Amino acid sequence: MSAVNKKRQGRGANKTTFFDRVGKAFSEFGKRFVDGSIGTKLSHFIFGAGNIYHRQYIKGILFFLIQAAILFVMIFCPSINGTPYGYKALLNLSLKNVYEGGEFDPETGHFMTGSDCKLMILFGFVTIALIIIYFLVWNMNIASSYKADMDRKVGKKPTTFKEDLKELLDGKFHVTMLTPTCIAATVFTILPTIFMIALAFTTYNDQDMNDLGTNLFHWNGLQNFQAVFTGEGSLGMEIKARFLPVLGWTFIWAIFATLTCYFGGIILALLINKQGLKGKKIFRTVFIFTIAVPQFISLLAVRNLLGEYGPFNALLMKAGIIDAPVGFLGLKASDSELLAKIMVILVNMWVGIPYTMLMTSGILMNIPTDLYEAGRVDGASTVKMFFKITLPYVIFITTPYLIGSFIGNINSFNTIFLLTGGGPTYTGYQAGGTDLLVTWLYKVTIDQGSYNTGAVIGIFTFLITATITLVTYRRSRAYNEEDTFQ
Amino acid sequence: MSTNPNVKKYRSQSRTRRVSLSVTYTILIVLGVIWLIPLVWIVLSAFRCEYQDDGTFIGRVTSNFFPKAFGLKNFTDLFTATYYGIPGAFPRWMLNTLIIAVIDCIISTFLVLSVAYCMSKLRFKLRKTFMNISMIIGLFPGFMSMIAIYFLLKSVGLTGNPSHPEYSVIGLILAYSAGAGLGFQVAKGFFDVIPNALVESAKLDGCTSFKIFRQIILPLAKPIIIYQALMSFTGPWMDFIFAKVIIGADNAKYWTVSVGLYSMLFGTHPDTNLFTQFAAGCVIVAIPIVTLFMFLQRYYVEGVTAGAVKG
Repeated sequence: MSAVNKKRQGRGANKTTFFDRVGKAFSEFGKRFVDGSIGTKLSHFIFGAGNIYHRQYIKGILFFLIQAAILFVMIFCPSINGTPYGYKALLNLSLKNVYEGGEFDPETGHFMTGSDCKLMILFGFVTIALIIIYFLVWNMNIASSYKADMDRKVGKKPTTFKEDLKELLDGKFHVTMLTPTCIAATVFTILPTIFMIALAFTTYNDQDMNDLGTNLFHWNGLQNFQAVFTGEGSLGMEIKARFLPVLGWTFIWAIFATLTCYFGGIILALLINKQGLKGKKIFRTVFIFTIAVPQFISLLAVRNLLGEYGPFNALLMKAGIIDAPVGFLGLKASDSELLAKIMVILVNMWVGIPYTMLMTSGILMNIPTDLYEAGRVDGASTVKMFFKITLPYVIFITTPYLIGSFIGNINSFNTIFLLTGGGPTYTGYQAGGTDLLVTWLYKVTIDQGSYNTGAVIGIFTFLITATITLVTYRRSRAYNEEDTFQ
Repeated sequence: MSTNPNVKKYRSQSRTRRVSLSVTYTILIVLGVIWLIPLVWIVLSAFRCEYQDDGTFIGRVTSNFFPKAFGLKNFTDLFTATYYGIPGAFPRWMLNTLIIAVIDCIISTFLVLSVAYCMSKLRFKLRKTFMNISMIIGLFPGFMSMIAIYFLLKSVGLTGNPSHPEYSVIGLILAYSAGAGLGFQVAKGFFDVIPNALVESAKLDGCTSFKIFRQIILPLAKPIIIYQALMSFTGPWMDFIFAKVIIGADNAKYWTVSVGLYSMLFGTHPDTNLFTQFAAGCVIVAIPIVTLFMFLQRYYVEGVTAGAVKG
């Protein structure tokens, strides 16, 4: 009970500090406007005015140029491929006043001109990002001018541009170092992710749009999510029928793939590091070799090796174990699904065990030897020492890796895609017997052009991995006590 | 090893040890063979040079593990053949991949190191926020945003540009390297181990943060720099999905080598008789990558371990 109370209190405390902070921010705005020099006051309307007032010309002009550029985009709405940025992009986000293109181009299967709804959404978000940047720079420019005010007040000279640049290599070094990543990641990772999340709430689906003969799509609220229960929409039946089986298999796969590779790797590492064993280096090299070969090569090799006409089937037939080639990997619809599932887990061991072996080798060598000495004195057997000393020690250290590899396996695209391609297929459905959520997402989005359904699957995948991470990772010591080892 | 006064017991111990050692050898040798079989088979297939009775070349998967005849035909064919209407496609793909890999390697390594250093050794407002956002973004499946990146690049003409198909290469480099900074966790784990006292004493001596980074941290960070460079350099050689979507299925001249090889077996015109040529291509791609890996093995192990133990 007390722990719960403490937690609540903690949360309450956080809340007040949050409101305090917001309140403080507002009072600071007011203070800066009232207290500031005429330059600072002007800065609230014209970026850089305060800096120019304090003769920080270069900085002032830079601020002003940013304001001018953003306002230019907002007001004059330059367009790319006929889709505008600026305030028009914000209006376009409603996807209301859209019009069809005139001519149908049979070669591409699309209309030649007209509204491009996906660009409208994309540019709408870019414009929102611009507005956020506008206000961030607005705040920066006022703060910069106000700081110069304060410097003047205490008799210091306002910093020169050269001093500001120097500060970027020292006190504000993190700004210099993080800006490239912030810009690049916003454009190429965060924006696309938000865009795809938005598509989950639209009717953007090539098949539907072709059926209706339209090049436009609209917002449709939660309908794509409801399709899991209702089965409505062009891929609705697929989602309804296949969602739960695929989800279940994704979990089974992730659990088995993680545990087999983890314990297999530990055992392999123990074998290789056995006292008195010669040629440790050679054995290690053999297994590292398989990590070094690109997966699309090694996995496609296995796929063909185990294939219908491949040497493995021939060997089994020659040995008289089977009469006809067996479809181990579910490449045909008639192949056994269970066999394919077992095979991908087995082949995945082939892929994954060397990784764990590599990682745990170092850890095993670092186990304090006095632990084993003590065990030996107490007369413990080797097996007992493995379960009582080695395993707990390794598991304790590698818990973050275990969680990471579980999440990695949920998103493990290559193994499934290259080995079985998701097969054996179900007639009429995209998702086959061994398809994971990610490979299904790929098929639905890239092969089918059902961007909205793909986005729904992606969001569900995110929810699963996010839940696991939140529950385990945030409680782990690596996260909460990250400064302990420094 | 502890010496044991009881000789009889010692003898029996050494016998059980010998037995258990030979069992270990056997298991390891069997496992090693299992692990190598598929790779050996691909190499054997690459050098296979079998003909049917009517003189046609057998390029498909056959049931015999060991080829009946060896030759270099697959390699010479691979380098001279026209794939997807592109003469000399394979050398072209190799060149594309090399260019992409080198530039991606430089940009990604730089971004990762700078972010990791900030997160590990500098304290500033929004630091935790940045870490949380990068973690949340990392939880979305990468394939989800792939198509959005394609739309984005297309809208600025960096892919699917009919008058400049070569711009797709720039688009792919951007797609590979732009988000790299968010994968800073491994390098951060490495930097975390460098004592803070080192940084603080340098600061007391009047070093700027930049100087500390360049003169103290970077020389110490050699293993992690090599690890990151290795990872980002080998990435483009291994990826066959992202490259295909971004560069475009119909832009064969600017494909990377893995897209090209994958398309031989599973493209719009798959040809099962190209398997041995595919194998030859795999050998050509694998040789430099595997060599790099083997030479830099130590750094790879160090990087993997640093990332795993700290999370």
